[in-house]
Amino acid sequence: MTEQTTILLRHRAVPGLDQLQVYRDNGGFETFRKVVTSMQPADVLAEVKNSGLRGRGGAGFPTGTKWGFLPNNIWPHYVVANADESEPGTFKDREIMESNPFQFLEGLAIASYAVGANLSYVYLRGEFWQIAERLDEDIAALEAAGLLGDNLFGTQYSLRLRTHLGAGAYICGEETALLESLEGKLGQPRLRPPFPAVYGLFGKPTVINNVETLTNLPPILEKGAAWYRTFGTEKSPGVKIFSLSGCINRPGNYELPLGVTFRELIFDYGGGVPEGRTVKAFMSAGASSTIVVADDAALDTPMDYESTQNTLNAPLGSASVIILDDSVDMAWLVDKTVHFFRHESCGKCTPCREGTYWMSHLTHRIAHGKARPEDIELLDTVAAQMQGKCLCALGEFSTMAVRSGIEKFRADFEANVRRAPHG
Amino acid sequence: MAKMINLTIDGHSVSVPEGTLVVNAAKQIGIDIPVFCYHPKMEPVGMCRMCLVDIGRPVIDRATNQPVLNPDGTPKLNFGPKLETACTTPVSEGMVVDGLNDKVRAGRKDIIEFLLTSHPLDCPICDKGGECPLQNLTLGFGPGSSRFLLDEKMRLAKHLPLGDLIMLDRERCIQCGRCVRYQHEIAGDPVIAFYNRGRYLEIMTDSDPGFDSVFSGNTTDICPVGALTTNDFRFEARPWEMKSSASICAQCPVGCNTTLNVRREARAKGSTVVKRVMPRQNELVNEIWMCDKGRFAYHYMGTEARLTAPLVRKDDVLVEATWEEALAAAADGLRAAGSSLVTLAGGRLSNEDLFSLQQLTALQFGKAVLHSYMAGGELTAALGMAPGSNFSDMGKETAIVVVSSDLYEEAPIYYHRIRQAALRGAALIVVNARPTKLDDVAAHSLRCRYGEEPAVLAGLAPGGKPLEGWQAAAEALAAAENLVLLYGSDGTGLEGSQALSAACASLLTATGRAGRANNGLIAVWAHANDQGAFDMGFRPEPALDVTLAQAAAVYVAAADPAGDSPALADALDRAGFVVVQELFLTETARRADVVFPVSTYIEREGSFTNAERRVQRFYPALPPRPGTLPDFVITAQMGACLGHAIEARSASQVFLRIAAQHPAYAGQTYTTLAHTEEQWPIVGRQDLYYGGTGYDNHQGLGVQLPLVPLAEQPPTPARAQRAVAPDGTLMVYPVTRLYDRGTTVMPTLLLKDRIAQRVLALHPETAARFGLAAGVETQLTLNGVTAPVGVRLDDTLPLDVALLPRSVGLPAWEPVAIRVNQPSPLNDTPPA
Repeated sequence: MTEQTTILLRHRAVPGLDQLQVYRDNGGFETFRKVVTSMQPADVLAEVKNSGLRGRGGAGFPTGTKWGFLPNNIWPHYVVANADESEPGTFKDREIMESNPFQFLEGLAIASYAVGANLSYVYLRGEFWQIAERLDEDIAALEAAGLLGDNLFGTQYSLRLRTHLGAGAYICGEETALLESLEGKLGQPRLRPPFPAVYGLFGKPTVINNVETLTNLPPILEKGAAWYRTFGTEKSPGVKIFSLSGCINRPGNYELPLGVTFRELIFDYGGGVPEGRTVKAFMSAGASSTIVVADDAALDTPMDYESTQNTLNAPLGSASVIILDDSVDMAWLVDKTVHFFRHESCGKCTPCREGTYWMSHLTHRIAHGKARPEDIELLDTVAAQMQGKCLCALGEFSTMAVRSGIEKFRADFEANVRRAPHG
Repeated sequence: MAKMINLTIDGHSVSVPEGTLVVNAAKQIGIDIPVFCYHPKMEPVGMCRMCLVDIGRPVIDRATNQPVLNPDGTPKLNFGPKLETACTTPVSEGMVVDGLNDKVRAGRKDIIEFLLTSHPLDCPICDKGGECPLQNLTLGFGPGSSRFLLDEKMRLAKHLPLGDLIMLDRERCIQCGRCVRYQHEIAGDPVIAFYNRGRYLEIMTDSDPGFDSVFSGNTTDICPVGALTTNDFRFEARPWEMKSSASICAQCPVGCNTTLNVRREARAKGSTVVKRVMPRQNELVNEIWMCDKGRFAYHYMGTEARLTAPLVRKDDVLVEATWEEALAAAADGLRAAGSSLVTLAGGRLSNEDLFSLQQLTALQFGKAVLHSYMAGGELTAALGMAPGSNFSDMGKETAIVVVSSDLYEEAPIYYHRIRQAALRGAALIVVNARPTKLDDVAAHSLRCRYGEEPAVLAGLAPGGKPLEGWQAAAEALAAAENLVLLYGSDGTGLEGSQALSAACASLLTATGRAGRANNGLIAVWAHANDQGAFDMGFRPEPALDVTLAQAAAVYVAAADPAGDSPALADALDRAGFVVVQELFLTETARRADVVFPVSTYIEREGSFTNAERRVQRFYPALPPRPGTLPDFVITAQMGACLGHAIEARSASQVFLRIAAQHPAYAGQTYTTLAHTEEQWPIVGRQDLYYGGTGYDNHQGLGVQLPLVPLAEQPPTPARAQRAVAPDGTLMVYPVTRLYDRGTTVMPTLLLKDRIAQRVLALHPETAARFGLAAGVETQLTLNGVTAPVGVRLDDTLPLDVALLPRSVGLPAWEPVAIRVNQPSPLNDTPPA
């Protein structure tokens, strides 16, 4: 059994880590001091590139490469921490910010130094208002301690951090919609290109990194890229927090090296499914994921970015693994995910706005035993005709469970239609 | 010169500048890629997803950087897995765009099907029906039947007033955002926005009053469905029932090109009436926009109050007479007066009318006077916008100075276009005594006291001494390649306008930029053709009351001095013989000895010269109201009675005489004015993607006149004397409100809540000093008129001044010091 690590969820090893004094007693902000006083931004960038760290928000894009896109002839630069954590089944950033906030803020500070940002933001989903209040206190404490502010550690470098609350919209986790919301506008994704690295917050070059991504930075800069690469796989190095939920005995966050298998996560850590039922399927990346039939091949797939995508045709995403046992009606599940996406569609582009609305009517009819036989096919074609036409990924995500559900669990849908009066 | 990119669209080769979007490249070769959200006047957003095309790009060998070739020698193409939006994708070398294949057709069908799932399909009662892109594209690409259950359609508000001018049908809205983007990006009035999300995304207004923008009507033109309609045209007519005719808006000196839609209808007892006014594309003047005043204030043309028979005074009463009687009476009066004739003309007359009036006046050795509180038309003729000028071409190489003008109120489309130029980087310098909307985009807002504007301009001139803090503005002005100056009438009377125009001319001359394209002086006149009046030889008269009172005969056309001021009414009463040509029985007409009923400008042909000195033709849209004649015909007939041969066979013949006599107009004919060429963007074709049926311009772009040398030395700007209010008095400054109380505006009932009120605006501290309070009426005596006046407090205004809109019935032609009576309860008897 692979050891759980406490690199990111360090508070599990060090009690009271959410207190600045405790965090500093355990070496906190020494890495940031080292970075600012003894490293050039380019050195930080090189170290992060070498570590192979990939974005933990879902896309898995190499973090160092993303930083490298910022042009050096347009200023100021901004770093925005994406703390909008809103994928159903994802609750890792929340634990970090609640219990290990200073490591996250130190990571944000390091990223800011690396790209030359003097003002950086933490964008939190509206429901995280209590966390935002705590972070504001923590930021004030850091400023009081001289760890944030002007001329840090006697250098020319200055840094301020600000929190900003969204108003509770899934789409604001999408980075361009996040920027719109942060600018005070309606949370709708922007057209890309231009990408935020060139035209981001207030039209300036901007890096947007997930909370977990940033929390990786202090240990990477402290112990080095080579150390970090001792965890995980060649192409997906490091550790990852897996949020495990659904039909499972021990739901929760598990920090494990990338590359452990679904079987290990579900049975070794999650303790299997309740009441002796069997695992029927799982979703590897929350509601945005395809539904994966939990056969032996799937269960033995390593949880890293490549294997999950290539073997299961499902993204690893933010690694929010939802377990579905044999009591789950897949038509019911698909109705739930479609309802979610209909509710969260921003409405900007036609296929997503109209398609999620239409699909939600169809899945509702099916799940509530009111469907016509042709509705299953209609649902599948509506989802198909959304695909490849949406402005951002949300619309595409909304079709994943629908199409994979119908493909792999058609019987569940047909059973629902049969119980309809005219079925 | 941008690099040219070669690509193929639907099998046709095209070469376009780098950066061109695929949708625009296609348009250039006559291929209409369907769109809803895209509009060439706005940034692309890629929201509606209608413009999906299949795009292939040449495969490049990374080693050699050369295209990989197929065995047959053609470049190997890489088509993406997804269709791409033509409205957001820039062209690239060797690109192959396919908008005709099955994948594309299926994609477009899918989008139409999505759009129609919640669309009410109420085309038979929809105002857009017949000129609707959604209707057209549904026929072109739609599925023909719906798989969406009728019971599951969204039921939404169908008659939601966004304001008193614009109605929203939320069921028809397809959330393309054109209206929102227009108001935010172009108009600069961000008063409508999207609210909510997903299928509940909807348009709302967050201003009070609702949709508070003078550009709101433009959103109804660019709305690709019937969601936004004007309250004016809503349910009034079907597009195919109406005839259209080209015209020019006569409400302000911009000279927006318009299309008038007319229909013969039973409700008008079988006569032909105007149903709507829409902008007509002229990228040199108004692009494809117009303001709401121009769009809605046309109802005066059809009112019953129009004069339809000549009137002659008999036994001190005006009675109807035949044309022969009236002409003979008028001629007798003028003949008797000899050279003691004053002809007073208004700037809403056409060049042809003014030319004929001037001719008659000159032949009688009389004096041609323009009824105007603005001066400087001879300066704009010499130093105005040089041929080839276009606000749309202006950017960071240009400095634009706007002085003494609230452009948003005085000439909204100038505001609109100058705002765009400022956003493109033009150095906008606003000189005014109070904040105006243009300050929002101005690089430099120079605040001075009323009357000090000429001094500010002198300080900006090369070698001038700008005041503390205004150095940057002077530097921006000096650094710019081009200089455009606009002066208006915010707080100025004729005297102030003279000083101001001279100061503007002096600044322009000192910079040495006059005479080049995109340089020059613009007077933001009060009327459509004040510039033409100056060109035809009319001049404003400082002591108009004295001049009128001393005249043996006064010949008034298109002006109402008696209605404007009791002093002028009194002067007319004292004048000898008065002849009036008018649409209505105005205060001036009531005092006349002979009154002639005239046709409105849309019932005849003619031309206006706008403030940029572009001469533009207007065409008859309606048959003349029976019993009326065009002004120039009446003048000529009167001339005939006096033995003068004045051309009146047709407006075009009169224009030839103008061209022969006035060097600036030399060589111009109605044919040259009617010249058109293809304009970019292409908005007016059959596809209707970018607007309604009004945009096509086949009737003329007009001609920007060459500059003419000044006849005399330009006046040296006098050291302007700022009016100082004697102790215990308050200076009142006249300002222009767009929706004035003029005879052409008041009959449009739709605008009644937006019409200028008789309200004095002042700073709260000033109000307190004079014992005035908001909402409490006070009696005000101004130039002999006493009337109750409301009070509006505005802490953005300068101290110790009050602003009064022109046209509200209190004559304020010049800044004037007043004594303020203490507020009294409304039932109190006014002071004697």
